[in-house]
Amino acid sequence: MANTRTFKGGVHPHETGNGKQSTNAQPVIDAKVPACVVIPLSQHIGAPCKCVVTPGQAVAMGQVIGEAGGFVSAPVHASVSGTVKAISSCVVASGQRVPAVVIENDFQDRWDENVKPRQNVGSLDAKQLLEIVRDRGIVGLGGATFPTAVKLAPPAEKHVDTLILNGAECEPYLTSDHRLMVEHAAEVIDGMLLEAKILNATKLLIGIEDNKPDAVAAMRQAAEGKNIEVVALPTRYPQGGEKQLIFALTGRRVPNGALPADVQTVVSNVSTAYAVSKAVRENRPLIDRVVTVAGRVKKPANLRARIGTPIYELVEACGGLEDGVRKVVLGGPMMGMAISSLDIPVTKSTGGLLALGEEGVHAQESPCIRCGRCVEACPMRLVPTRIDAYARRSQWEECSKLGTMNCMECGACTFVCPAKRELTQSCRMAKMGIRASAKKS
Amino acid sequence: MQKQYTVSSSPHLRDNVSTRRVMQDVCIALIPAGLASIWFFGLRAAILIAVSVLSAVFCEWFYCKHAKKPIPVGDFSAVVTGLLLAYNLPASAPWWLAAIGSAIAIVLVKQFFGGIGQNFMNPALAARAILLASWATLMTAWVAPQGGNWLAGLTPAATDVVSGATPLQAEAGAYSLWDLFIGNCPGTLGETSALALLIGAAYLLFRRVINWRIPATFLGTCLILFWIQTGTFYSAEAGANSALYQLLSGGLMLGALFMATDYSSSPVTPWGQIIFGVGCGALLFIIRTFNSSMPEGCSYAILFMNVAAPLIERVTTPKSFGEVKSHA
Repeated sequence: MANTRTFKGGVHPHETGNGKQSTNAQPVIDAKVPACVVIPLSQHIGAPCKCVVTPGQAVAMGQVIGEAGGFVSAPVHASVSGTVKAISSCVVASGQRVPAVVIENDFQDRWDENVKPRQNVGSLDAKQLLEIVRDRGIVGLGGATFPTAVKLAPPAEKHVDTLILNGAECEPYLTSDHRLMVEHAAEVIDGMLLEAKILNATKLLIGIEDNKPDAVAAMRQAAEGKNIEVVALPTRYPQGGEKQLIFALTGRRVPNGALPADVQTVVSNVSTAYAVSKAVRENRPLIDRVVTVAGRVKKPANLRARIGTPIYELVEACGGLEDGVRKVVLGGPMMGMAISSLDIPVTKSTGGLLALGEEGVHAQESPCIRCGRCVEACPMRLVPTRIDAYARRSQWEECSKLGTMNCMECGACTFVCPAKRELTQSCRMAKMGIRASAKKS
Repeated sequence: MQKQYTVSSSPHLRDNVSTRRVMQDVCIALIPAGLASIWFFGLRAAILIAVSVLSAVFCEWFYCKHAKKPIPVGDFSAVVTGLLLAYNLPASAPWWLAAIGSAIAIVLVKQFFGGIGQNFMNPALAARAILLASWATLMTAWVAPQGGNWLAGLTPAATDVVSGATPLQAEAGAYSLWDLFIGNCPGTLGETSALALLIGAAYLLFRRVINWRIPATFLGTCLILFWIQTGTFYSAEAGANSALYQLLSGGLMLGALFMATDYSSSPVTPWGQIIFGVGCGALLFIIRTFNSSMPEGCSYAILFMNVAAPLIERVTTPKSFGEVKSHA
């Protein structure tokens, strides 16, 4: 199938204050490790972890503190060495309170004895590699945090032949994937080849938006001779949407309600591939990640932060907030979650920390003028304005008929709406309403 | 205690575009046609435009104030309606006709049906239709353009007012294609100058306020149908019996570029817009060709399609990305 190289719809939030240039040329630096980390036991999609430590217990860095609570789950590891202070709870980005392990840091960074370079990587088979990915707590780092080991083990009858690495990083402001590709291209490629071995995929593609020419160049160099195609894609949000990326790179359309595996494809984020490489080569669990701190902070930066580091520590590391910050977002500005306080830990899903001023606080809604911009922008080819009208009347059945369940909540419709209507929020509401009424009947 | 921040649903960034900015763009795009009308028909064109706009804005304010609704005057949409209504009047129309027309457009067609975005017909066109039915003589008292005569029609001198036949009524050869293109012919204020309208439309396309679908399919359908019917693309002798002459005559340009593209009364779906444009073109052709009592037909063609727009939209809901063809 022909490479179509793009998708229909989409918007250009980069043209209105992109924000990437504040951090895209800065090397990733290690964030100061805090005296105390708070590690939530549910940092992934799926069953929460079972806590396996007790207060007062000494833990090593990389030691398992929460065991996977089911098949679709991922273990959680200590991100510092020290003493378990408490098993309590904390608020995460979604606003929910989840169980968490509080560890007092002894600043020794004493690694767990299991974490050491692995010699026989070449001789490991797919099953053994998959076990490492599962055991090391790797989850999708693009934001959804789906357990990678589950993703890499699709049912055999799906015949997955294609692995796509997502390096699009289409969210404005965020540059953590960008920096990772520039600085650690070899490890990313290594991780991709390991993932490909697990999947037995033969067609390997990497999609990167063309606003990152240095990342494209670095990845092409690292991928040389490895039968991997690195593709520069047009810069358009949401180029990194899973279905959009698959379509752009392979021409395959993921049917509604189906998974990428149904079109013989698996998509993995570049930082996930990096984590897979580290897990396999060094047996290193996922205990840190790169966070882009940008927007209205004094010194925007890309920080490698330990999981469990409180957000306010990252803000301090970047010189503090500027005056007039009205909103703080975890993740990107298009799909990230606004948080009410900075006392929230970094989790496996925290790719960005964004401070916004008045521009992030929404303007008053006005009536729809039926301009059709949302229809043009929707990458799923929905009609957001009609979904909005029905959702506000709680007419879930009509919403369902309009294909609302296919909405991926990318925010493109709300972004372009001249009447400043909360179209994405209406779609979210409608999805919840449709699910609730399906349960009832 | 830590500072609390605003929490709301994503996305957290918004495009710069606003309803007000969109309406201002339409106003800017209508300026060239207004200037052309003042040049060709004199200052009384300016008076009509001013009265019409003021009346529209006043009626919107007055109605919303007394209906205890938020006052939307700041969004400039009433200005657009006022301008378009004025552009649909002949230069000889008395000022009160403009005032009444705007009042009908704003109160009866727009506000009674729920205000901006809710009107099921283009307010200016619906008002024009009502004026035409009520004051037919005044609404069809065409005057010949007198380029540069600022006081045309404003002084008592009888020679000032020269009545004229519109290009669609006139005999072949009365107006050259150039006259039609620049607007040197009788007609309503805003419709005569294709050049000025095209400049404005180019601005709207550039600003992405409108897209190509409705204007291109509307004009394209007319051009093809008239070409087939007359068998002539253009010849000076054929007059109205040629495709290009038809395209540049009457309200077609104003209608296709500024009236049919009205957001509220046209479909939001891409295919819906194409069907809408083709439908407008076909209806205009039918009215102009088969209804001898009505040489013009643009307003009614668009109004008919306005009414059909919700239905068109319903049947042209796009297939969502990933909707698989059912193999029934």
